[in-house]
Amino acid sequence: MVSREPAGTFPLRSFQKDSLKASPVLALIGNPNAGKSSLFNQLTGLRQKTGNFPGVTVETKTGVCVLDPHTEATVVDLPGVYSIYPKSPDEQIVTDILANPGHSNFPDVAIVVVDASNLRRNLLLFTQIIDLGVPVVLALNMLDVARQQHQEINAVKLSMRLGVPVVRLNARTGDGIDLLRKAILGQLQEPTLPEKLFFDPAEQVAELIADTKEKYQLDNNYLALQYIIQHDGFSFLDRRQRIGLDAIIDKYQFSEADFQAKETIGRYQRIALVVSESVTDRRPLNQSTWSQRIDKVLLHPVAGYLIFALVLLLIFQAIFAWAQPFMDAIDEGVAYLNGSLKDALPDGPMTDLLTDGILAGIGGILVFIPQIAALFLLISVLEESGYMSRVMVLMDRIMRRFGLNGRSVVPLISSVACAVPAIMATRSIATRRDRLITILVTPLMSCSARLPIYTILIALVVPEQQILGLLNLQGVVLMALYLLGLIAALLAAFVFKKLLKVKERSFFIMELPTFKWPRWNHVGLSVWDSVRSFVWEAGRVILAISIILWVLASYGPGESMEKAEQTAQQNYANAPGAIREGHIASQRLEASYAGRFGHFIEPAIKPLGYDWKIGIALLSSFAAREVFVGTMATIYSIGDGSDNADVTVRERLRSERNPETGGAMYTPALAFSLMVFYVFAMMCMSTLATTYRETKEWKWPVIQLLYMTGLAYISAFAVYQLFK
Amino acid sequence: MSKRSVADLKIGERATIKSFNDQWMSLKLLEMGCLPGTEVCLHCKAPLGDPICLNVSGYCLSMRKSEAATILVE
Repeated sequence: MVSREPAGTFPLRSFQKDSLKASPVLALIGNPNAGKSSLFNQLTGLRQKTGNFPGVTVETKTGVCVLDPHTEATVVDLPGVYSIYPKSPDEQIVTDILANPGHSNFPDVAIVVVDASNLRRNLLLFTQIIDLGVPVVLALNMLDVARQQHQEINAVKLSMRLGVPVVRLNARTGDGIDLLRKAILGQLQEPTLPEKLFFDPAEQVAELIADTKEKYQLDNNYLALQYIIQHDGFSFLDRRQRIGLDAIIDKYQFSEADFQAKETIGRYQRIALVVSESVTDRRPLNQSTWSQRIDKVLLHPVAGYLIFALVLLLIFQAIFAWAQPFMDAIDEGVAYLNGSLKDALPDGPMTDLLTDGILAGIGGILVFIPQIAALFLLISVLEESGYMSRVMVLMDRIMRRFGLNGRSVVPLISSVACAVPAIMATRSIATRRDRLITILVTPLMSCSARLPIYTILIALVVPEQQILGLLNLQGVVLMALYLLGLIAALLAAFVFKKLLKVKERSFFIMELPTFKWPRWNHVGLSVWDSVRSFVWEAGRVILAISIILWVLASYGPGESMEKAEQTAQQNYANAPGAIREGHIASQRLEASYAGRFGHFIEPAIKPLGYDWKIGIALLSSFAAREVFVGTMATIYSIGDGSDNADVTVRERLRSERNPETGGAMYTPALAFSLMVFYVFAMMCMSTLATTYRETKEWKWPVIQLLYMTGLAYISAFAVYQLFK
Repeated sequence: MSKRSVADLKIGERATIKSFNDQWMSLKLLEMGCLPGTEVCLHCKAPLGDPICLNVSGYCLSMRKSEAATILVE
């Protein structure tokens, strides 16, 4: 009986503040699907920004909320969790902040959002947070849903039983937000905490808790328990402190898992008492909600897959057909701007750098925005409505065979637009191994940057004809390339599953949210977020490499560039201006550093059927694959900026002769070898950078680069030798 | 009948959770509201019979069959 009496009080920590902090911090905490993001948007309006939590890659949303004319607070939106014990990497941050009062995002007041229609489960997290000693306001959301299910909640009784302010609100419509603001102000000015811990670990392991509190100067029993159970995940503890905690565990022969189970059961028992007093539940026992009836169709063995296939078709249609006019407009806009700048500015290296280096690089980034926006618009609608969770259930069994997880479906679909946001979408995968495998194989899915390459090569060697009367042969080949990427991704995942022997167990326990009408402001924000993260994360790398490549292609060792230009001037002295210019550009490129690199790697790519010219294109497309087409245009001396660059490149490629055979250079064998190479090759610095950021180890991007390039080389070699 | 688990339920069948046979998994299931004494109802199965969807304390929870097999019922 060491600490029966002080348990639950906080003698060392005074909440009586003389005045309010200049900018108090509020944290929004709650279960997934409890309406946290809606409330966040209601509180902050458009005054919000996305960033990273210091030191970790978990994205955070913060915003400013005006509480009263004199008080503005920073609101931090934390990832949705079911309990304070994290199950996935993005959940870790919640505990890491709440257990560490020194954290810059440690809240002065926590707003715990609960779904009133599922009060019991939502209160579990709530009771853990009040037990950590954080002043809390309970936001009772989704009362309308609860009422539809014949549950009435007495907020006054709930508030009295829990010892915290309870506010009834509707996060979708904004009803009750003013009351919430008042309650938050009240908690800021005069924080009130329940007198007793809801679940006091010292009732069962008093000595262990007392010992930990003393050694680590803690004043809260539940926080002490968290130090014991979770210290491996706490980034704010150093190695010595962790070893000390392990020693305490040994000393008392404490079993973390046993105690965690006891805690959860204990909490639920007490929650049941609270709920039975404050909730009138008149739910019929065996009601089947309309949401459940829809599930019967969406998860039907035949209809389920059929509907999913239709949804995928819709996504592809959006990416390839509906985004096209916007992409053309951006392309033309950038080309026009480039042309005008070249005309307006004096000739010289600076102008070239600005137009062909920087502006072309920015154009290469902007052109993908329509596809990324279209994709994430659809994905976000599917997620908002609740359908995405059904897809995960539908696909889990199949994905598991390949070492993936039902949750890998979203990243794999996303990477059809771009692998960068796709890799970031893997954060929701709870098991590290499943997440790692998903990250490693995701770039094998054909992203939109590969499409221009496929298009031009297919048009070059595949005749435009109908097969079976309705399918376009070129379309079939294009689809085959996408399928090739998907199959390769699944097989690679299977190999990684065999190779990565981790003791960690995979699990797939997931709430199926009820179907809801999408909130369009959320959809808009999510589209904005993914476009922003693409432009910022991928864009920076693409831009930097574009500039480097421009330098490599514009300068050569010593006088070589000038010599090349003079030779071309002499040889084509009689040719018309445009053609002469083209040949000069082509000769200069051959003499440049990039051209030298092309010659240098020619022996290595010869077995695949490529010459040094393709070598330059391979090098240049390392920034962004679609640069391939532009580089080909320059190599084959077709002045850029022409209206129909694609067609001209195609014509030019068609007439290119192979110096050894005298036949066409771009034979079907070569074109298919190139296509297969681009399906598999890891030709994207941004993806590698993202893989590093998400895994925090250089090992994984290196493995990704090696296995994908190896796969690309071997397959391209096989294709070329087979068809030659 | 003591070895029956949630994985053995038929669609629409109800049962009361008795215990768990896997501690690591039980921690996650407990947090989601699968407590001993709680009544669950198998609501539907994904094609191929796995994962399954359970109704538990008023909401729908999906889990793999192997995970359901760790929940023993009365």
